Amino acid sequence: MGLFHRHRQLTPYLLLAPGVLWLTVFFVVPLGVLAYQSLESGNFDVGYSFTWAWGNYWDALQNYRGQFIRSLEYAGIATLLALLLSYPVAYWIAFRGGRWKNLLLLFIVAPFFVTYLIRTLAWETILADHGFVVHTLQHLHVLGAGGRLLATSTAVVTGITYNFLPFMALPLYVSLEQIDERLLEAAQDLYASKWKAFVKVTLPLSLPGIVAGTLLTFIPAAGDFINAQLLGSPQNHMIGNVIQSKFLELTDYPAAAAMSFILMAGILAAVFLYARAVGTEQLTGTPV
Amino acid sequence: MNVAASENADVRLVDVTKRFEDVVAVDRLSLEIEHGSFYALLGPSGCGKTTTLRMIGGFEQPSEGEIFLGDAEVSGLPAYKRDVNTVFQSYALFPHLSIFENVAFGLRRRSVRGQTLTGQVNEILRLVGLEGMGKRKPRQLSGGQQQRVALARALVNKPRVLLLDEPLGALDLKLRKQMQLELKGIQHDIDITFVHVTHDQEEAMTMADKIAVMNHGRIEQLGTPTELYETPATAFVAGFLGVSNLIPGTVSGSDTVQLRRGPEVRVRPEALQGRTGEVAVGIRPEKIALGQGQANALDGTIVEEAYVGVATQYIVETDCGRLTVYRQNASPGLNGASPGQRLTLSWSPDSTFVVDSMEGPE
Ligand SMILES: Nc1ncnc2c1ncn2[C@@H]1O[C@H](COP(=O)(O)OP(=O)(O)OP(=O)(O)O)[C@@H](O)[C@H]1O
Ligand SMILES: [Mg+2]
Repeated sequence: MGLFHRHRQLTPYLLLAPGVLWLTVFFVVPLGVLAYQSLESGNFDVGYSFTWAWGNYWDALQNYRGQFIRSLEYAGIATLLALLLSYPVAYWIAFRGGRWKNLLLLFIVAPFFVTYLIRTLAWETILADHGFVVHTLQHLHVLGAGGRLLATSTAVVTGITYNFLPFMALPLYVSLEQIDERLLEAAQDLYASKWKAFVKVTLPLSLPGIVAGTLLTFIPAAGDFINAQLLGSPQNHMIGNVIQSKFLELTDYPAAAAMSFILMAGILAAVFLYARAVGTEQLTGTPV
Repeated sequence: MNVAASENADVRLVDVTKRFEDVVAVDRLSLEIEHGSFYALLGPSGCGKTTTLRMIGGFEQPSEGEIFLGDAEVSGLPAYKRDVNTVFQSYALFPHLSIFENVAFGLRRRSVRGQTLTGQVNEILRLVGLEGMGKRKPRQLSGGQQQRVALARALVNKPRVLLLDEPLGALDLKLRKQMQLELKGIQHDIDITFVHVTHDQEEAMTMADKIAVMNHGRIEQLGTPTELYETPATAFVAGFLGVSNLIPGTVSGSDTVQLRRGPEVRVRPEALQGRTGEVAVGIRPEKIALGQGQANALDGTIVEEAYVGVATQYIVETDCGRLTVYRQNASPGLNGASPGQRLTLSWSPDSTFVVDSMEGPE
């Protein structure tokens, strides 16, 4: 304690140190290695050498532009769907849940005690060609006689939406739960109908939750490959599938590394545009 | 109630009852609030003040009875359709909006735009002394300033009635006293009916023209501050507004009461109001003189003395129990009376009031 007293100005840095160390070892270093790899050339058999091979990036963009765009597209749609599905649920739990709040939240999280892979395989069964869902939809003429759900983009987006729903629902719940209901009474007192009060008070006050949920859903969803692999066809493959196969099956490390960086840049750009649109105040919680 | 008043009533409650499951919060309450008055609902915690206010505002619906705003019956009408605004105890300012936008909220909902909007908002901000603060967020203001924003946000809409639920409760004593006078001044200037809920009798007396003293969901007595103080109708009102000495006795004539353990005293004939049997005679502490000279007299011994600045308070032990007496400190130093001293207390029949029982406020 002598040290802390004598070097009080050091305390914040000492407190930061474990985090910084963690980030350095498990984030900065691997990122550097990946960047290095992305500029190598060669193959698994003859070995790789660093050659400033910027062509890796160019090739990746040339050959897999479709998968890149599809990744952002699927992730975007799934995020939007997750938002539309979770908001009413989170709202209801926060304002009407009463003493059942915690139990209801547990229900949202409950499926996630089962592994990701198993959950997605379960969806494969649900959407299967001879399954109940497809039969019902065919019966209702929503799907044609030979229509399928599995191996379509619908299936992939559905899977992603489902798998990332809690990442949307929980931040939304937290931000809605914090809203003082007396503010809604005040809004109604000032001639706002229930709907207007929602638009002018509840919605803006829940924006931090919307932003947090959107980022937590969109970022991992854009890099996902499990849903496309299990629920989609090769036509629905996302960039994650390509990176996965390049790394693990084709051992084309430089191409895989380059694609990872392009994906990262794409996500950063999307997040940046999003932040510009909703305002930085919502991201950091402080006025600018 | 005379007929002229009811024609001019801004708020009228007729036999309103509100039940929450098994609790009767408001019990067959009727009242009438004249246009332009500063009306206080005063009563102890849990007596139904807030519930009454919330029913007028439209946040609760009465279980029974009718509520009128002006001539229109409004039971069932939602809050946002009522020409009434509320200053909430917690202020309930919108944290994501600037002070300007907080104040403009009601105007925008009613489609006031542009110059008119800016003009009205700035004018009301000036009225409450917050000129130039429009750009700030609520969390950047002090408690007193937030209170003013809450007031401005309601007043800017020029409602028929402004409801205030313990609006000064969160302020410190000095600021509260200052705001009491300011609020009264503002109400005087803008000619809007104020309905003010408080459990602070001093606050109600300072601000209101009319006070309804509530107890157990009912109005115990309605009157001007002077009426309530000088002629409280029940022991509850006598004890809730200021300090009073209540002495038990029996009616013994058209203007006399035989005290239970003391002499016969004279009271105002109209104070008896045809009562017979057991009553209690009430005298305010400042209306009792140390020494003889008035029609009613009682001997006693001073047991306690407390100097409180403007007056000295004496507790005097008599045959009829302990009485509290105030004596104004008109000249420097103590009044010359001290504990242990035997003396005679006297008071005029005109200063007395009579109530039914001896039960004070719980
Ligand atoms: N929503 C509610 N549900 C159940 N009971 C309620 C509700 N609101 C008020 N009550 C009850 O109704 C009674 C009157 O409450 P109210 O809030 O009107 O009192 P008050 O006079 O404003 O008291 P205070 O001075 O403490 O604010 C109380 O017994 C209270 O417990
Ligand atoms: Mg109250």
